[in-house]
Amino acid sequence: MKVPVSWLKEYVSIDLPLKKLAERLTMAGSEVKGIQEAGGSWKNIFVGQIVDIKPHPNADRLSLVTVDLATEQLTVVCGAPNLKLGDKVAFARVGAELIDGHSGQRVILKPARIRGVDSGGMVCSEKELAISDRHEDIMVLPPEAPVGARLTRSAILDLDITPNRPDLLSVIGIAREIAALTGQKPTIAEATYEEKGAAIEKKISVEIVDTDLCPRYCCSLINGIKIGDSPEWLKSRLSACGLRPINNIVDITNYVMLEYGQPLHAFDYDRIRGKRIIVRRASAAETIVSLEGAQRVLDGDMLVIADMERAIAIAGVMGGANSEVDQETSSILLESANFNPASIHYTSHRLRLASEAAMRFERGISPELPLPAIKRATQLILELAGGKVAQGIVDAYPGKKQPKAILLSQNRVRAVLGVDISINQVARVLTSLGCSWTPEMIDELEDFGLEEVSEEILVYPPYWRSDLNLDVDLIEEVARIIGYDRIPVAMLAHPLPQQDPEPSITLKQRVSQSLTGYGFQEVITYSLTSLEVLKRLWPESNSPEPMPLRVANPMTIDQEYLRTTLRANLLEAVANNRRHEEGGIRLFELGRVFLPRPGDLPDEPEVLCAVLSGSSLGKSWSAEGKPFDFFDAKGAVESLLSQLGVTADFEVGNDKGLRPGSQAIIVVAGDRLGVVGQFHPRVSQAFDISGPVYLFELNLTALLPHTLSHKGYQPIARYPAIVRDIAIIVDVGVTHRQVTKVIKGFSLVKQVTLFDVYSGKPVPTGRKSLAYRLTFQSPSHTLTDEEADRVQQQILDRLSTELGATLRG
Amino acid sequence: MDEIRQIEELKTGALRELVAIGSTKGLEAWRVGYLGKKSQLTGVLRSLGRLPLATRKAVGARANEVKAELEAGFKQKEQALLGAQLETLSGEEAVDVTLPGRALPEGRLHPVTQVLHEISDIFASMGFKVVEGPEVEWDYYNFEALNIPKEHPARDTMATLWLDYETESGDRPMLLRTHTSPMQIRFMEKVKPPLRIVVPGKVFRYEATDATHIPMFHQIEGLAVDKGISMADLKGTLYEFARRFFGPDRQVRFRCDYFPFVEPGVEMAIECAVCKGAGCRLCGGSGWIEILGAGMVHPKVLERVEIDPGIYSGFAFGMGIERIPMLRYGVDDIRLFYTSDLRFLRQF
Repeated sequence: MKVPVSWLKEYVSIDLPLKKLAERLTMAGSEVKGIQEAGGSWKNIFVGQIVDIKPHPNADRLSLVTVDLATEQLTVVCGAPNLKLGDKVAFARVGAELIDGHSGQRVILKPARIRGVDSGGMVCSEKELAISDRHEDIMVLPPEAPVGARLTRSAILDLDITPNRPDLLSVIGIAREIAALTGQKPTIAEATYEEKGAAIEKKISVEIVDTDLCPRYCCSLINGIKIGDSPEWLKSRLSACGLRPINNIVDITNYVMLEYGQPLHAFDYDRIRGKRIIVRRASAAETIVSLEGAQRVLDGDMLVIADMERAIAIAGVMGGANSEVDQETSSILLESANFNPASIHYTSHRLRLASEAAMRFERGISPELPLPAIKRATQLILELAGGKVAQGIVDAYPGKKQPKAILLSQNRVRAVLGVDISINQVARVLTSLGCSWTPEMIDELEDFGLEEVSEEILVYPPYWRSDLNLDVDLIEEVARIIGYDRIPVAMLAHPLPQQDPEPSITLKQRVSQSLTGYGFQEVITYSLTSLEVLKRLWPESNSPEPMPLRVANPMTIDQEYLRTTLRANLLEAVANNRRHEEGGIRLFELGRVFLPRPGDLPDEPEVLCAVLSGSSLGKSWSAEGKPFDFFDAKGAVESLLSQLGVTADFEVGNDKGLRPGSQAIIVVAGDRLGVVGQFHPRVSQAFDISGPVYLFELNLTALLPHTLSHKGYQPIARYPAIVRDIAIIVDVGVTHRQVTKVIKGFSLVKQVTLFDVYSGKPVPTGRKSLAYRLTFQSPSHTLTDEEADRVQQQILDRLSTELGATLRG
Repeated sequence: MDEIRQIEELKTGALRELVAIGSTKGLEAWRVGYLGKKSQLTGVLRSLGRLPLATRKAVGARANEVKAELEAGFKQKEQALLGAQLETLSGEEAVDVTLPGRALPEGRLHPVTQVLHEISDIFASMGFKVVEGPEVEWDYYNFEALNIPKEHPARDTMATLWLDYETESGDRPMLLRTHTSPMQIRFMEKVKPPLRIVVPGKVFRYEATDATHIPMFHQIEGLAVDKGISMADLKGTLYEFARRFFGPDRQVRFRCDYFPFVEPGVEMAIECAVCKGAGCRLCGGSGWIEILGAGMVHPKVLERVEIDPGIYSGFAFGMGIERIPMLRYGVDDIRLFYTSDLRFLRQF
């Protein structure tokens, strides 16, 4: 809300420096975003008076204007059509900083020669002074402006009004707020005028059909008005508040809306058919052409103002073209009403039709406001557009409510704010905001002046504060007016609630710490992605499985679906970094994926996905990097799981997005919790990555239960171990896991370590050599060589019968 | 006794040579030469059998004595050489200490994760439990239960991404949560006071992306409910957070603000680090930087989760996370956090 300080001063005196005032308003809840000094720095601009106008000798449309500046008179060239002898104008001398009327750029005024005549200055338009966009006309100053004086800027406060304070979307509301903050009473006079016309009841009738959506409807009728331009002062105030002047009637409705916060609408009375106003819900698919010329299709949840035949306005949102005030209009019906906020919000959003009126109504303004506002507007119309007003105001008020009373106790104030404030002081603050109050125990008190109040009071908020409903609302009022800095500082004093750390969060922290320790960089990527990107992950299939959840109103098609996997984002991250990274890239992300469930919120497992691309080391003097392979990825998973105290099995996998023959499923206690492997080359190519990319993926939500148990301690063996190396030859199809399963079946085997895998000469084709170091150890005695020999032979025999292994000679 | 003289000469020569030896290599050659299997001394000992018995005894005894002396000399020299080697390396063996070390792969946590951990830890130490909630939510938890009914203007300040999911009655109740506040309701539905939680997490808005706006960002929510909690506790807790996180020298300001699910509502700002309150471009000339919104939990919110506002009260707060590393490190474009660019991420 932009409000000129000069306008505020009509209702409240402002003695504080503006910066100080802005701070008070900000601290009390209405942030002053800026104090605009209209026109920026107005150097070299003075009040002048036009003392002579002559035609330009060489140009029909230009004039030579002589302006009196008290110290001297200057003659300049001017093209404005509204030059008038005796008018006070803003005169820019050479060197003034102005906005160029055509380019909109800030310029320094230089002497010019226009069509052969020297012109050492300029009579300014509002645009040139950055007050508004109006450039055709020169700006006319009020007659009392002192000739020769520097043009003073009118400051404009730009306030951020929170949605709970529709009363502050008005000059009077802000004046009241300033008054409360500075200990004054605002001066707001009721508008008065003479009613010379016929009784209004004879001219118009009002019927509110849907009273739930329209608690009150007031109107007045003015005949014989003359449509024209508004006076400069009014236009410049509208411009300062960001509204465009249109004609005197429309401008007055806007002006009073800015002043009181009550939207008004003027109908051309002669175009109202049947001379009856009906406030009703629209019928299904009813149409209306709104003021800006667009055909609007309404529905049964929208309220319209109708006459006997058709809708003539979308209630509280915008008027209709069929009843618009135009140059021919001579009688107007002025509407000042109150509408249901939710209904207005719905209508304005559904029609995508935002207006100053709707913005105010949807915040819930008081149903008491229409009457003072319509009087003020009627008075202004009579003053500025002439005419005669019909006697009386139609006031249909089916929604009138008893004033609400809120019980407020000193104990409550103390409980909420943590500080004792006397009920006297509470009452004083509330009074300054326009509340009235009575002592609660009214019967027992003879006299209840401010000096003698009980601990409790009944508070009646003023009509304009529709946001005050509960005692806490009043307590906030007290706190913000006395200042939040008056509230003391305390530390939570009660015993800590009993609570254990959330294991899922602990697990995530352990995982991310381990991975950064292994050299993986954490990334965070958007949860929203596109179907096209997800499809790239599974080159064989047409649609991703499962089908992801779609956003109904995506901002862009790149962010239309909720990810079901982290893979795509990590591949994109690898591709993007590959443009500038030579060495190895290790990335991981820990985040939610979204798996749809019918009729419910999606499942949101916490997933870890890590990728490796390039080689284990960058170019280095001291060691040679080796391209990442399957076992780099697997090693990281193994280390991670081991740190978490989890034992995993790895089974051959068949994920369609991964390369066949280079992938495994991670199995923990029978649960398939993730995969490790190489991306299918067609997948990495689809993401513009040329080399192989390895990944591992773990469902941490499913892993969590496996990480919670504490393993028992294993005593350190007291007897020495015997170490033996064996090399066996098996068929290539025999896996390491099969071999170790046999070996570990022998209880004296403490440890098995594979230390060589070899195929090629002299190993026969189709066979491979595996070399193991076996550690034998007994928990009960020192092993003899003979015992070790015996077990080793038994192992070899078993390997031979079960896996066809032969000892390598 | 030629043999004895021979042995004495051998000894003198050997010891002279030993003194001159300067490397372990030379020492090893010396050992092979004088004490090895094929050395002269060994030869003497081997040939003892051929000598007459009287001579044999004397020569043998002397040869063994000399052998022991040479062995002692060797040991001493070996120690001396090793000692010298342990102490200094010279010439080609010396290290160019400016060569880079053998690098270990280095990974870091994302700056947003780091800040979330840091903030969570501060509140955890004040007794707040860290919990998380779903990122896809029902309208009920995100708005309705937080005192933001349908058609409430506060909904317009949180442009929402709705999911393509319709109920039979044509409602569209599923959304990407616009703030972490729904977890207030979810937690209080399950756990009754006293309670203290913080909720870090991702939130989503229908926003066009630019240097200060992204459709997904992080927040951390806080909630404390107990008997007798007042605004003084709110101020104290948040002051303590600000003191620990931003340092004891930064001024803190509390002003009135509006959020539908608290009353009174509070905004906390800290003194701008750049201009120290004087006003500059970073803080928009105000001298203050808004850090979080807070307030006393609205009675209607407590009633909604069947907690009696006549008995219990509490405060809640919520803050955006990305702002904080932006201010701390001078990052001027919020999008950088989510480009996964290693050149950026490695700096934190």
